[in-house]
Amino acid sequence: MAKELKLMKGNEAIARAMIASGTDGYFGYPITPQSEVMETLMAEKPWETTGMVVLQAESELASINMVYGGAATGKKVATSSSSPGISLMQEGLTYLAGAEIPCVIMNAMRGGPGLGTIQPAQSDYFQSVKGGGHGDYQLYTIAPSSVQEMYDFVFDAWDIAFKYRNPVLILTDGAIGQCMEKCYTRDFIPRWTEEERRQHAPWGTWGKPANRSHNIITSLELESSRQEVFNQKLQAKYREMEEKEVRFEALNCEDADYIFVAYGTSARICMKSMELARAKGLKVGLLRLITLYPFPKKQIAELAKKVKGMLCVEMSAGQMIEDVKLAANCSIPIEHYGRFGGIIPSPEEVLEAMEKEIVK
Amino acid sequence: MANLDIVKPENLVYTKTKVLTDNVMHYCPGCGHGTAHRIIAEVIDEMGIQDKTIGVSPVGCSVLAYNYFDVDFQEAAHGRAPAVATAIKRLNPDCFVFTYQGDGDLAAIGTAETIHAANRGENITMVFINNGIYGMTGGQMAPTTLVGMKSATTPYGRRVDLNGYPLRITELLATLPGTYYVTRQSVHTPANVRKAKAAIRKAFENQKLQKGLSFVEICSSCNSGWKMTPVQANKWMEENMFPNYPLGDIKVDGKLCENITADRLVLDHPLTVVNK
Repeated sequence: MAKELKLMKGNEAIARAMIASGTDGYFGYPITPQSEVMETLMAEKPWETTGMVVLQAESELASINMVYGGAATGKKVATSSSSPGISLMQEGLTYLAGAEIPCVIMNAMRGGPGLGTIQPAQSDYFQSVKGGGHGDYQLYTIAPSSVQEMYDFVFDAWDIAFKYRNPVLILTDGAIGQCMEKCYTRDFIPRWTEEERRQHAPWGTWGKPANRSHNIITSLELESSRQEVFNQKLQAKYREMEEKEVRFEALNCEDADYIFVAYGTSARICMKSMELARAKGLKVGLLRLITLYPFPKKQIAELAKKVKGMLCVEMSAGQMIEDVKLAANCSIPIEHYGRFGGIIPSPEEVLEAMEKEIVK
Repeated sequence: MANLDIVKPENLVYTKTKVLTDNVMHYCPGCGHGTAHRIIAEVIDEMGIQDKTIGVSPVGCSVLAYNYFDVDFQEAAHGRAPAVATAIKRLNPDCFVFTYQGDGDLAAIGTAETIHAANRGENITMVFINNGIYGMTGGQMAPTTLVGMKSATTPYGRRVDLNGYPLRITELLATLPGTYYVTRQSVHTPANVRKAKAAIRKAFENQKLQKGLSFVEICSSCNSGWKMTPVQANKWMEENMFPNYPLGDIKVDGKLCENITADRLVLDHPLTVVNK
């Protein structure tokens, strides 16, 4: 399919990007508000065109372990879910990180805790960037704030996943998953040939030829001294990501006295709040986080030297703010504004919070 | 004449298959795992599919199975091997894929993955080692622990009112249309080893037919967990395990065997063991 401009839902963009980016397999389990991902894939029947496998699993536990099995053969395998389903996947995610298996997972966050609500939220930040599962590991976490980014980030995710042999989490929310926007699609990238798979994933379990020893995919190491060495290797990989793979967008930050820090839907709202502020003569900027892990620590530290205060906006009780405060070393006033339980704040109330809490 | 004089290629009647590595197995003396590994490796060797086979090991005693099979291997999270194997096979349909799991892994924590992989008729081979106990963790009750059988978590014997019944998951899977071959074997005598190997061979050959899942239960002793000598354990297994877990084919070529009546499928009153 050639490049086109289309109107589509964020969830549909994820599905279409998977097909277009040469994804080999998708294994999922239905959950609101992201079921359109698998519905789109099933309707598109990519197994008849690109040869992509699509399978509905019996649970999120099964689907994340299907990702493990398929991706460990060196193929591009993905899944998607929403908060309660992602909680179920945490076991699989720590195994994937521990076995260094590249794969892509999308979380369209909804309000929690528990079964919570099916409306959008951003309250899985801690779960996404602070572990979620057990052990010292990190998921490369990237947060789209438009349907176009939902589409584009799938392509970026595959590059990062295989470059670092690490799972990539596309962390979005029900609003971006459900909203319809225009989206430029791309030319299809063919699925890897057998030779390409072996070249990209020499570690993969694709059948042991006579000229190499058997490949083993495991996260088990009973010898503590070797496990420590392995963990050090993982940490070195994460430091490299922190050095090279941070992504963000700084809007009107050059002359700003105050800035919003936000990602995803909240960043979209803050763009409007920023316009309203500028119209009132307030010099307000926006630091839109694109990668949540690795976190743009340096950029926040630099901004903290220039601005008088920051307002962190997140549809949660205040999770990302902890990392912002750490990065800024609490050197300036930094406050959180958030609605939760599925409530999306208005640009006006966000600006009001900025004026009340930070500008004063 | 020294014994070494007769060690010549022309006198060799048996040798370790090349599909097993030279690593020393960690299994207890008397355990069935080593034999089960060997017959699977021999079948892979005899079928000439070493370069196309991908194994999946469980959590439990055989978690390190990948150290012993010289084929590509994945180690799955506890109970998830059937889901892992599902995706391996779907994405690599020309490969031969097998899971190797114990009773806790396959019939307790992984029951959902087991049943759904079977019900989808995944074209994989599942090898199920049933020794009625959690061996690796130290002899706790398994879903297959017999009524009255003592374990670390049933020190006075398994009680139906407290722990429910032993789960005969093999019979349960035979009732699903997605299974093509379901059998229960053992490896405690040379004759049984030969039968079990034939079953493993059939289960791997079936993958070529693409007609569904092949499931081989191997009833095995755990003399360490049962706290017996290997000889006592084999005798105890014959006397107590086999009446609850009868050996033989249950379903062949997609059809229940003639001797598998409703009574045989549903054992209303599991036999109680009291001698342990």
